[in-house]
Amino acid sequence: MEMSSGHKAEAAPDLSVSIGRLKLRNPVMTASGTFGYGEEYAEFVDLNRIGAIVVKGLSVTPRTGNPPQRIVETPSGMLNAIGLQNIGVRSFIDEKLPFLRRFDTPVIANFFGDSIDEFVEAAGRLSSAAGVHGLEMNISCPNKHAGWGAFGTDPKLMRDVITAVRAGTTLPLIVKLSPNVTDICMMAKIAEDSGADGLSLINTLTGMAVDIRTRRPVLANVTGGLSGPAIRPVAVRMVWQVCGAVGIPVIGLGGIMTAADALEFLIVGATAVAVGTANFVNPRVTIDIVEGIERHLSEEGISSVSEIIGSIRLPNRP
Amino acid sequence: MSRLFQSIIIENRVVTPDFRVLAVNPIGETGAPKPGQFYMLQVGTGEEPLLKRPLSIFRQRNGTLEFLYRIRGKGTRLLSSLSGGTEIQMLGPLGNGYPGPEGDFIAVAGGTGIASIFFLLESFPGRGYLFCGARTCDELLMLDEVRPLVKEICVTTDDGSYCSRGYVTEHLERGLATVPRLAGLPVYACGPEPMLHELTRLLDGRGMQCFVSLEEYMACGMGACLGCVAETKNGYKRVCKEGPVFPSGDILWK
Repeated sequence: MEMSSGHKAEAAPDLSVSIGRLKLRNPVMTASGTFGYGEEYAEFVDLNRIGAIVVKGLSVTPRTGNPPQRIVETPSGMLNAIGLQNIGVRSFIDEKLPFLRRFDTPVIANFFGDSIDEFVEAAGRLSSAAGVHGLEMNISCPNKHAGWGAFGTDPKLMRDVITAVRAGTTLPLIVKLSPNVTDICMMAKIAEDSGADGLSLINTLTGMAVDIRTRRPVLANVTGGLSGPAIRPVAVRMVWQVCGAVGIPVIGLGGIMTAADALEFLIVGATAVAVGTANFVNPRVTIDIVEGIERHLSEEGISSVSEIIGSIRLPNRP
Repeated sequence: MSRLFQSIIIENRVVTPDFRVLAVNPIGETGAPKPGQFYMLQVGTGEEPLLKRPLSIFRQRNGTLEFLYRIRGKGTRLLSSLSGGTEIQMLGPLGNGYPGPEGDFIAVAGGTGIASIFFLLESFPGRGYLFCGARTCDELLMLDEVRPLVKEICVTTDDGSYCSRGYVTEHLERGLATVPRLAGLPVYACGPEPMLHELTRLLDGRGMQCFVSLEEYMACGMGACLGCVAETKNGYKRVCKEGPVFPSGDILWK
């Protein structure tokens, strides 16, 4: 290794962060729905080198998901309407969790329900499963008792469902916020007040694509969730605003493709980041980003990632 | 040896105004593909277009991988503009590939479907009866290259601009009625979905195995995102993982 004269070999920067009681070796997590239950990626990535694995969303009853066409590429992004297809909590615990237990990486189970009862039952079952270190609550899913409007767009429903889940589990509880709201800070504060240990944002932005020859929506579900680089500026802005509004840790996600993208989120206040759609483009991207963050900190002479979290320098405003 | 690797483009050869053959040399050791498998190819240089594109393996020579593709949309148009020396990232080989065949077989290729059927014929030379069709003679590809690989060939065009007029399925139906050596052979097919659907209908009740290669829009190409499902009698199946080849009778055709 070449060293310029006068250069002192420094210890590697400390990348460790904490989300409540969850200790992560580095701030890079996987975004739910983009990493399956880890198995497909194990051939490309050493799962022991990621900060945390957030698995595909789980419900008590398995879901088959939406008919095709489920995805479509859009400028610098994609729409998805997978339809929350999942094998169900029981099959996850019996069939998928054993594989994940082989690794020394916290597993965060993303979960949802179509009613408050289903949310509570899912959280309860996952909480008693060995190998689940934390829960991430997906409130962007439709509520069957409220005309299929999403939990995450109704303040009262938000409060009720988070409070109910909180009462039934002592595991670290992260609430994943929907950006499809007028005031994300209000939703963030409700989640904090209701007992969340952390927040993750943003989930996908609702979007749509139309085939001009057939004049039909491209997706069978008509609308879908927009993800990828196109949404990153919205995500960075929302993370910045929420970090200013709550005291609990925030996990930032939305279009992160590179270490530079991840650093934007950390600088505006996120304690950790999650990488999603980028995994489809490059299955090794999580490790590339961990290494990129480490390299950036070394080059800047920063000894710990915690030094840059929330370090944004804002202009003085009158 | 990794399924995620860099490649150097050797050439992007013009076959017809709409079709190209892309030849790439993987950097480092990569797995050998089986007929019916595919790769995900980077077509952009950055984040736009975002996703890799799935292309069937067409031919493999001394480690060089070849893809026969049609310029259809943004991704393939960009791909067609990449020149020799360009480095692209690739993922593969992916998918299940065609099972067998153990003896003689029937191959049905419609339009661009000849790309994946070609590799099957080349891998089992002298055993295939090929029914190969396209809309017009401009879309018939690789006929000279494929003739030496097969036992017999029947070529059709929808508009009659080359060889026999009509759909490839009509000619197969006639062949099954008049040519005894075709009866009972397994059928391998790749082409437009209406062709595959019609093929399933005409083979129904004949006790002949039929394997069809499907295509669907893909994001990850490796089974994680659940975006590329096909509707089957056993629920949704991932075209990139449980497929792209499926028994034709399993598919719930639209």
